[in-house]
Amino acid sequence: MISSSLIPCGQFKTSYAADTTLFLTPASRNWCLFGIAVALAAPLVLSNYLLALLIQIGYYGIAALGLNILVGSTGQISLGHAAFFGFGAFASAWLNNSFGVPVLAAIPLAGVLTTLLGLLFGIPAGRLKGLYLAIATFASQFILEDFFSRANWFTGGSSGAQANPINVFGYEIGGDKGFFYVVLFFVLVMYLLGANLLRTRDGRAFVAVRDHYLSAEVMGINLTKYRILSFGISSFYAGVGGALYGHYLGFVSAEGFTILLSIQFLGMIIIGGMGSVMGTLMGTAFMVLLPEGTEAAVSTIKHFTGDIPALTSALAYIKEAAIGLAIVLFLIFEPDGLVHRWRLIKSYWKLYPFSY
Amino acid sequence: MESNLLFQLIVNGVIVGTLYGVVAMCFVLIYKSTQVVNFAQGEFLLIGAWTCWWLVTSMALPFWIAFPLTFVFMLVFGIVLQMVVLRPLIGEPVISVIMVTIGLSIFFQAVMKSIFGVWAQPFPEIFPVKSVNVLGLQVQPAYLMSLVVSVVIMGLFAWFFKYSRMGLAMRATAFNQQVAQSLGISVKNVFAMAWAISAMVSALAGVVVGMVNGVSSALSFFGIKVFPAVIVGGLDSIVGAIIGGLIIGLLENLAEYADGQYLHLGNLYTVAPFYVLVIILMIKPYGLFGTKTIERV
Repeated sequence: MISSSLIPCGQFKTSYAADTTLFLTPASRNWCLFGIAVALAAPLVLSNYLLALLIQIGYYGIAALGLNILVGSTGQISLGHAAFFGFGAFASAWLNNSFGVPVLAAIPLAGVLTTLLGLLFGIPAGRLKGLYLAIATFASQFILEDFFSRANWFTGGSSGAQANPINVFGYEIGGDKGFFYVVLFFVLVMYLLGANLLRTRDGRAFVAVRDHYLSAEVMGINLTKYRILSFGISSFYAGVGGALYGHYLGFVSAEGFTILLSIQFLGMIIIGGMGSVMGTLMGTAFMVLLPEGTEAAVSTIKHFTGDIPALTSALAYIKEAAIGLAIVLFLIFEPDGLVHRWRLIKSYWKLYPFSY
Repeated sequence: MESNLLFQLIVNGVIVGTLYGVVAMCFVLIYKSTQVVNFAQGEFLLIGAWTCWWLVTSMALPFWIAFPLTFVFMLVFGIVLQMVVLRPLIGEPVISVIMVTIGLSIFFQAVMKSIFGVWAQPFPEIFPVKSVNVLGLQVQPAYLMSLVVSVVIMGLFAWFFKYSRMGLAMRATAFNQQVAQSLGISVKNVFAMAWAISAMVSALAGVVVGMVNGVSSALSFFGIKVFPAVIVGGLDSIVGAIIGGLIIGLLENLAEYADGQYLHLGNLYTVAPFYVLVIILMIKPYGLFGTKTIERV
């Protein structure tokens, strides 16, 4: 047996239990714990601007993980994730405003409501797959967007809905610092759930459906059940992420949940790595930081050339184009995503300098 | 009065529907020959219309020169796009291919907005704007023109696929790539050609719509409306695409009529096709004319 202090140089698993542990090496577990400790200390040193970015990565990351379970692990395609994200945001605000449910309870409850909606919209997935499913979810995005602009009782119509800040025992958690811990808590819980889900029987059934749905059916996996279940789980994540988004901004309006956001979610999981829990977070971070990076690049150019008015006015479009370009370039040059690159780096250093 | 309005809307529906049909046909052309679902179809219209608009207004070229130039540009554009972006993705899973075309669609839309702005720009007058009276109805000549152009394109498509060498090669490739290749058809060329033709014909539709409504990024919404049309018709049937386009065009206008007269919900015009899409997918996923695939383990 290898000693636990060293990183093994290959696969030496002797039991299935060892093969399906949450952390494959003690080192990866320690690094993960270290990462959480760093995140806990982050609000003490970081500026509010950086914290706001981290919070964004948090709530988008939760929703993106749901999409990754649906797309990356179950092989279903959804182009309507932003609509579910939006539904979660509205549902949480609605529960809080109309029924007085405390915000901290309304967030998971919004997730449950979104799950029900997801199960409903997942019904076509029982029959459709591939392109047809992509187009059906595309339609559901437009139908839900239309619903948001219509349902005044639920969303406040065109004026939007007010989302109250989180209140625990009369103490209001306001500001980026307080909210950061709330988001961190939800991220940890949801990611732990997501990572564990893929180790269970249901998680393996999802992967079997993705890899070859006919063979999976022959092996006794109920296709319809698992496809719809996958939609439900992904909607739950979207709902929780959306609820956090709503309470963070304090205000929810229907304009925020367009097809572009759905595409950004898909971009996150493609850039991060399909079917990878860790990759989802990487991809989300990339997608959130991309507009910031683009802005920095543009201002650097301006620094050298002087102010170009055309560049300044086109900045919004340059950011949008960067999203599209990033997705296309990743699919052509790195279809397995950032997580694949990360694994290559790790395996290079694992045996360094004796890699052969 | 109301029946007159209904009739007018039906005529509108037929005209818009044929345009949908033409764009849907281009979409099906790409899907059938290269198995790629093109979410950037609407951007082809946009790019074509802006190119033509730019040639006519900024370069001050007469329309009859600008129009063929647009065609040449779109031909090159389609081929280059296929070679650079789509060719590396042959054999990749469906989701990758879909996402690439979606990525392209975002990219082109943003680029077009940054170059030409977000406001609708009117085309310089090429046909008289005054409506003409046809069978007691007021119809814009550009609309009539678009109807004629659409029907001519459909005729050309029929001829192309039935008699021309390239068209037959494309059909053979769509039927079975391996067999087509062993008969000496260059599948690469066929793929590039499919994108080029699709881009050219879409650009033509874009110019026609641009002449009536002005050129703006709203044109790319045509690419979204195409989905209900092709799903109704069946993803791989060209005849189905035309009929699907007509049905969706009519349905939109009838939904507007019902909305305006009875329901007063507002905005039914844009959403109705998507409800139809979901219903069709539930009861007849392969559309009216699509081939049903049989899968084996």
